[in-house]
Amino acid sequence: MWDYSEKVKDHFFNPKNAGAVAGANAIGEVGSISCGDALRLTLKVNEDTEVIEEAGFQTFGCGSAIASSSVLTEIIKGMTLDDALKVSNQDIAQELDGLPPEKMHCSVMGREALQAAVANYRGEEWKDDHEEGALICKCFAIDAVMIEEMVWANKLRTVEDVTNFTKAGGGCAACHEDIENILERVLKERGESFNPDAAPIETPVVAEKKPLTNLQRIKKIEAVLDSLRPQLMADGGDVELVEVVENTAYVNMTGACNGCQMAAMTIAGIQQRLMEVLGEFIKVVPASQMPKLVTIQEASHA
Amino acid sequence: MPDIYLDNNATTKVDSAVVDVMIPYFTEQFGNPSSIHKFADGVARGIKHARSQVQQLIGAEHDSEIIFTSCGTESDSTAILSAIKAQPNKKEIITTMVEHPAILNLCEHLEKEGYTIHRLPVDKCGRLNLEAYKKLLSDQVAIVSVMWANNETGTIFPVVEMAEMANEAGVMFHTDAVQAVGKIPMMLKDTKIDMLSISGHKLHAPKGIGVLYLRRGTRYRPMLRGGHQERGRRAGTENSASIVGLGKACELALEFMEYENIQVKAMRDRLEQGIVEQIPHCFITGDLENRLPNTTDIAFEYIEGESILMLLNKAGIAASSGSACTSGSLEPSHVMRAMQIPYTAAHGTIRFSFSRYNTMSEVDEVLKVMPGIAATLRKLSPYWDGNGPVANPEQAFQPVYA
Ligand SMILES: Cc1ncc(COP(=O)(O)O)c(C=O)c1O
Repeated sequence: MWDYSEKVKDHFFNPKNAGAVAGANAIGEVGSISCGDALRLTLKVNEDTEVIEEAGFQTFGCGSAIASSSVLTEIIKGMTLDDALKVSNQDIAQELDGLPPEKMHCSVMGREALQAAVANYRGEEWKDDHEEGALICKCFAIDAVMIEEMVWANKLRTVEDVTNFTKAGGGCAACHEDIENILERVLKERGESFNPDAAPIETPVVAEKKPLTNLQRIKKIEAVLDSLRPQLMADGGDVELVEVVENTAYVNMTGACNGCQMAAMTIAGIQQRLMEVLGEFIKVVPASQMPKLVTIQEASHA
Repeated sequence: MPDIYLDNNATTKVDSAVVDVMIPYFTEQFGNPSSIHKFADGVARGIKHARSQVQQLIGAEHDSEIIFTSCGTESDSTAILSAIKAQPNKKEIITTMVEHPAILNLCEHLEKEGYTIHRLPVDKCGRLNLEAYKKLLSDQVAIVSVMWANNETGTIFPVVEMAEMANEAGVMFHTDAVQAVGKIPMMLKDTKIDMLSISGHKLHAPKGIGVLYLRRGTRYRPMLRGGHQERGRRAGTENSASIVGLGKACELALEFMEYENIQVKAMRDRLEQGIVEQIPHCFITGDLENRLPNTTDIAFEYIEGESILMLLNKAGIAASSGSACTSGSLEPSHVMRAMQIPYTAAHGTIRFSFSRYNTMSEVDEVLKVMPGIAATLRKLSPYWDGNGPVANPEQAFQPVYA
């Protein structure tokens, strides 16, 4: 049996807000065909204030799917739709005192149901943008689809590359055979063959003798952020480059990354990656800490 | 009521008579059976006795056809790897879609190395098509490996007949009989089965002991080479205590064979009939006419297996499920998929597997709590409305799938 926290068990054995809300005006229905879980979230939203007055769930799924649904309804009751949309799957997992890595997708389903319900209320169509694959790295909860996308997007060639880009395989290392299998498959499709001893992919660095112009720097930073984006989005977040002043990049972390404990780690990770690629010192700072008075002109004259 | 254990296909309790015969091999007769002193002189005899106890249970012609291994998985791997090593020119393997991962994952691995794997499909009741099987038999096939009984549904395959067919085509035949040995009678000397796998912990012996039956004269290549143990066919100092324990367990299984097929079966039958009568929208999976006497696998529609297990566990009842979530994979069991059980039912399958330690009053206890569990979870299910599934569940609830 899974090592569920007491909170997960409590929400499973005594679910809150089970059943459909009568007279609901926002309904979200999502599911994961492979995993078999499915969730219908019904909300009653106050049309004047956009406050969620009632929330109910119906779930076909395992213990943690039911617990995630239950805790989600508790979290969002009383929130405005805009605030509710900021609830990330990590928030849901955190509220449950954590979920086993194999079960994180249950919290993702909760967040998606919420987005779908809000879209339904607003008369929009909600589309799921993330595809879920078999869990490969249990230490960092990275699935096959994520790894495959990163291998394609960044032309990764070795297990080490994959670990550097996704963290997968950076823990107990038991999944290295599975990662090699993914590499073998993708490399074959790319017309190459897998060589475990290949050098790590070059991060086009060092050679840049001349210091970068600000425009070059911005372009490169954008490229790096683009390459990291799939991973951030898989975690329910995103990053946006707001401003670059000399060697400081101001970014906006949105979605799950925003405000979550992981943000500091994520920012450090982005900074590390930028320095590797640009071959110069780069400091990444949340845009909220950008000195208000500094304009571009002032900065460039500083 | 003390906790009720209905997960005997996963593993069994070691019989206390088995524990008793094992103890001296830890404390007094702990010597290496190859040594020549008094700490060892009873060990070789103990092992020899165990070998004949295993031989009796499976009806092997010679006791030297019994090779002790470390588990069912090792026996499975040894059998298949031996067959392909001994016949390097044959590049095909026939197996089924519903084997245990001990066979399936090995075959998948061999596929990458260039072997052609034929995985026989099953019908909705989990049965094989022997005509299709016959067409695949050829001089290109190194080995056929077909389980005797399925661990999830208990469905029994006609391995005796399939071994005859393989033999006629000159093809080696292996069966993973881990779930069948000790539950149904067998007489290997009257069959054409060349190799057969046993795992001790499924029949009240300890975990970590297994057997590979190897018909005399079958071409063989060991997987572990080293010392002369098991006549050089499986090197490594004997796990003497467990071997002796397995011998005793086999003797007991033979003694209880009739009990298993009458009393244990009666408990199983009462449980599944009771459940199907009391709970709407559930059905028994597998080949109802050809099943192990101790196993029933029931699909509860519109609810999910892990949730059911958690509620059963709270009520002190241990069973298992073919749902994706219990295994940590994303797919429901490959056995359920092979039988084309719809997702909403496959995820809600629960296997109850009995042993001679169970009682009818335990069955009654399960029958008391199961309807409430199904009702509780159905109340939460988006596919359920009041007293039945929503009309046209597939249309009424259409989630956006990732
Ligand atoms: C059909 C079958 N084959 C093989 C095995 C593996 O046996 P062991 O656990 O002894 O390796 C099992 C047990 O789970 C089984 O049910």
